[in-house]
Amino acid sequence: MAAEDGQFSPPTIYEFYPEVFLFEGTPFAINRIMMIRLIVMVLLIVLFWLWARKFNQSVKAGQVVPGRFQLLGEMALNFVRKSIAHDQLGEKDGDRFLPLLTTIFFMVLGMNITGIIPFANIAGTSVIGIPLVLAAAAYVTFIYAGVKRHGMGFFKNALFPSGVPVYFYTLVTPIEFLSTFILRPVTLALRLLMNMVAGHLLLVLCFSATHFFFFQAEGIFQFFGAGTLLFGFAFTLFEILVSVLQAYVFTLLTTVYIQLALADEH
Amino acid sequence: MITKILAATAPEGGEQPNPLIPADYDIIWSSVIFVILLTFFWLKVLPGFKSMLDERAKAIEGRLAEAEEAQKAAEHRTALVMAEQEKLRSEASSIREDARSEGAQILAELKEQAAQDAERLTESTKNSLSAERDSAARALQGEIGALAIELASKIVGEKLKDDKVANKVVDDFISELEGKKASK
Repeated sequence: MAAEDGQFSPPTIYEFYPEVFLFEGTPFAINRIMMIRLIVMVLLIVLFWLWARKFNQSVKAGQVVPGRFQLLGEMALNFVRKSIAHDQLGEKDGDRFLPLLTTIFFMVLGMNITGIIPFANIAGTSVIGIPLVLAAAAYVTFIYAGVKRHGMGFFKNALFPSGVPVYFYTLVTPIEFLSTFILRPVTLALRLLMNMVAGHLLLVLCFSATHFFFFQAEGIFQFFGAGTLLFGFAFTLFEILVSVLQAYVFTLLTTVYIQLALADEH
Repeated sequence: MITKILAATAPEGGEQPNPLIPADYDIIWSSVIFVILLTFFWLKVLPGFKSMLDERAKAIEGRLAEAEEAQKAAEHRTALVMAEQEKLRSEASSIREDARSEGAQILAELKEQAAQDAERLTESTKNSLSAERDSAARALQGEIGALAIELASKIVGEKLKDDKVANKVVDDFISELEGKKASK
């Protein structure tokens, strides 16, 4: 990624458009990022399959005390179930929407974390497909939740909040429409996408600069490489935090939107 | 900010892709992966997780019920033991009561017997005393008779030396004495 001709060139947008190597020209084209996504999917399925098998085994054996591996899975699933779903939606509604919330959380987390995994080095969420699909799923779900609970009253509650003088609706309703039905999904998708894009660019910048300073710069400039390497290391740690945080934020916001849609009064 | 980041990364010249517009394969693979994972979590992971949690809750409840049952059994046993104790205690007290009353009866009997003995003793003593007194009285009668005769003979003198007369006088005297005593 660093320039080879003795000149430093910063990372470009083409970072996110690697070469397609399979099914080129079809809608099922696969490039490096698509491959990473598929690998992450397989790994998630394998991991949770093992956990699901453990759960079934413990049910069958009547073994109530979980082992270390099983406990880890329980903690992961319970994080979404209790700390996000049950806290925001209560047990009943929380369990209703748990499949979507669990999928969003672990999918985003899994796709994010590849940004710092050696040899992957790019987040599956750093191309807009996944953020967009997940935001669309969240969007459809919170509208579904609202309509199921309140019928058309959901749109009335959302667009014409009670307790506002009638003539303010000319102002309030467009704002509410914009914020609820346009900005919510857009911000969900872009927040995730841009965090991952920026994170990846930062890491590439740090490490390509390190490479440049170490191998192409001369004299004192080589010492700058140590600084950029240190920065790269620090940003790698920071990216771990961002990965988890963005997964949490995406899931939590989806939950909050569902909760607002279910609430009786806006 | 987004556009700035993108602008900074844009190469000079050439057509650059817009990262906000998804490629068709990007959307398709993202959707496929999402649907697969959603189905997987929905149908495979979460039901197992939930049934495991339910099973655990049930097991914990079952254990609590078991403990409760054990406690109940223990309470029942304690009650039985206490009832037994109570029975033994009342039995002991009734035995004690019986013994006491029996003792009292024995004492009463002994007292009765002692009293009877004492009475009998008194009676026999009285009898022997009266017999002695009678014999003494009889002896005295004889002696008094002789003394009276002596006295009378001294007073009356020789005329009364005839035994027949003397005896008659004495007997009369004595019966007179006895009559006096009886009339008293």
